[in-house]
Amino acid sequence: MIKRSFIGLTKPLLKYDAMDVKTPAPLVIQPSKKVTLFLDKAFNFKDTILFKIGDTVKTGQKLSYSEDSDAYVISTVTGTISSITPFDADYGKTYTAITIDVSENEEIDDQFSTLAKEPTIDTLKGCLAFIPGNLPIGLFSSTDASPSIETIVISGVDRDLFITTNQNTVMVDGKAIKQGVQILKQITGIDNIVIVSPDYLMQDAGITGAEVRVVDPEYPASLPHLIMRDVLDQVVPAGKSCEDMGVFFISAEAVASIGKAFSEGQIPFYKHFNLIKKDGSSILISARIGTPIHDILNAFDVTLNDKDRLIIGGPMTGIAVFSDDYPVQPDTDAIMVQDRDNIPLVSDYPCINCGECIRICPANIPINLLVRFLEAGQYEEAADQYDLYSCIECGLCSFVCVSKMPVFHYIKLAKYELGRISNAEATNA
Amino acid sequence: MLNHKKLIVSHAPFWHNGSNITVRSYHTMLAAMPAVVFGIFTYGMPALGVLSLSISFAIIWEFLINKITKRTVSIGDGNAALIGLLLGMLLPATSPWWLVITGTLVAVLIGKHIYGGIGGNPFNPVLIGLAILMVAWKDYFDFNQALVNYDLGFAMVYPLAAAKHLGASGIDAFSTMDLLLGQQSGAIGTTFGLGLILGGIYLIIRGFIRWEISVSFLVGVGVTALLFNMSDPSRYVSPVFHLLTGYTLIGAFFLATEDSSSPVNFIPMLIYGAGAGIMTVLIRNIGSYVDGVVFAILLMNLINPLCDKIRPKALGKVV
Repeated sequence: MIKRSFIGLTKPLLKYDAMDVKTPAPLVIQPSKKVTLFLDKAFNFKDTILFKIGDTVKTGQKLSYSEDSDAYVISTVTGTISSITPFDADYGKTYTAITIDVSENEEIDDQFSTLAKEPTIDTLKGCLAFIPGNLPIGLFSSTDASPSIETIVISGVDRDLFITTNQNTVMVDGKAIKQGVQILKQITGIDNIVIVSPDYLMQDAGITGAEVRVVDPEYPASLPHLIMRDVLDQVVPAGKSCEDMGVFFISAEAVASIGKAFSEGQIPFYKHFNLIKKDGSSILISARIGTPIHDILNAFDVTLNDKDRLIIGGPMTGIAVFSDDYPVQPDTDAIMVQDRDNIPLVSDYPCINCGECIRICPANIPINLLVRFLEAGQYEEAADQYDLYSCIECGLCSFVCVSKMPVFHYIKLAKYELGRISNAEATNA
Repeated sequence: MLNHKKLIVSHAPFWHNGSNITVRSYHTMLAAMPAVVFGIFTYGMPALGVLSLSISFAIIWEFLINKITKRTVSIGDGNAALIGLLLGMLLPATSPWWLVITGTLVAVLIGKHIYGGIGGNPFNPVLIGLAILMVAWKDYFDFNQALVNYDLGFAMVYPLAAAKHLGASGIDAFSTMDLLLGQQSGAIGTTFGLGLILGGIYLIIRGFIRWEISVSFLVGVGVTALLFNMSDPSRYVSPVFHLLTGYTLIGAFFLATEDSSSPVNFIPMLIYGAGAGIMTVLIRNIGSYVDGVVFAILLMNLINPLCDKIRPKALGKVV
């Protein structure tokens, strides 16, 4: 954990981890018994689901939820479906969790290889939503109401500290990214494709055929809103998304996966991610999507005890999960384990107005005032007068808070509650 | 499901830089130590008595208020001890025991807890306590009278009183070096200029106080005093004298910088500091009080919320 330096006048320096050229290839972990896949649709007993417990599935087989829904997952193993259950994730999101018992003989489904000869938007939407790196489906399902996309930004940088997934992809899979870029240009008709990378990867990023831009190696420069401001010279108005500005972000890993899928005629299902151990060391791992986390921890002799913390993502923006059965997902960039002795706890102390957050906030939010309104639950006032929606969600305010207030937590909660209110108002209107 | 491990689940971020209020309070007290130790050596056991009584009663009052209001006991954060120490430093060594106890009660209760405790106080609690004592029992704050029985080998006249009543001719006895090295009479912890400056620099380097406030306060005092001095050198003393006497240095580094009652944005900090500095010299030179630091800072505490509205534009703000 990075502590406050003795000289407190300077801001803490949080450097992104850089890839070492000599880094060995990612270690491959195979799922031992079962995998769990999250289908992006709330489970309902009344629905006629197109698959059932006991069905055998092949690797790469598409499992659609029902006739009248687009939602599907791609099985990443060959085996038998052993359970279908609802799964409640953060912020009220619900999934259908499908558990598949892995069988020994692997069979590859060949449905995609015939479609792969001619890349189309429908193939991309219909088969590749589940590729490593998390394909933003919104890019391809544009309607008249959605804003037109003018620029695609490929992130050759990683969102959080300790993570090297995208950097590794740029370094190793330049060719696949190049193919992915060509396919994206061909099927979306968008010519303006930019790849952002740290400056030591400029050479590697150059061969992808996308326009190369350099990102500062210091956290939080790689967050989309700051890339918009510092690299593309466009400021996203508070409360709007980058997509509203006509810019779409996609990870380098997803682009490489698209490239590989169409050139090899097979859907990729190995996700690269970092395992951050209790001692703070980070290793790059490759595992099938759906592999439960305990398989990965076992493979590296990481013991998990009571009161430890298991985090999907990095130390600043990750999500803590309550069980090591949780699977690797298409957007899992890191798995972090914290020992219970190293867990900084939040406190219920009030803000003492020291101004540390004000000095570190990259979005110039008056956090000392904002947090007082958030504590009192006055979310609308916070949004109207104290720039709640300018927050780019980097988490630095909580990181430096002298009172150890969960500032970032308050902000996310306020945004979520306001979102619920406006949804309810829209439904009742 | 029974043998599932119970993991801790919480919201991001999962790191913290390790700073906390206790460390902040104790390091502020540490920074005050050179001046405190010097004060104890100068004024002897009575000074130690006042400081001990002040610190212990600030903690006792805090503890009692915590109990009465049924809140978590907050004496561990060191803030009450800091209030006690600073109040003790501002008192003359001959203060009677009841003055100290009353002062700490006012500081902790009226200065801090009726606004909801740490972080909620609109005024500096130490200055609230001191201001009420100064108004109620002003004889005890006449340093010439209070320290009449001391002879420490230097001019025992209170420098600011001499400057006020006699003008520039009254301060011949004080050289800048003497003032800096504490060869002047005054409150326990305020006479050793060099020690206060060193403590202040330590706090600034460690990031425990905001340098903008200290620097602009000193600049405010210096520039205003210089203007007065230029207009009538025989009546108004030099800016250096103003900077090194009375509560100026402790005000700049320990009082004006109190977190909750001072602004946090850059321009407001400059306005706040400079405003307090200017007011200090105005009160000293044309007001009725001998020293103006206490009321100047309290007055600027009042405009703090207003001037903190001057802030940089947030990212993507559309107005």
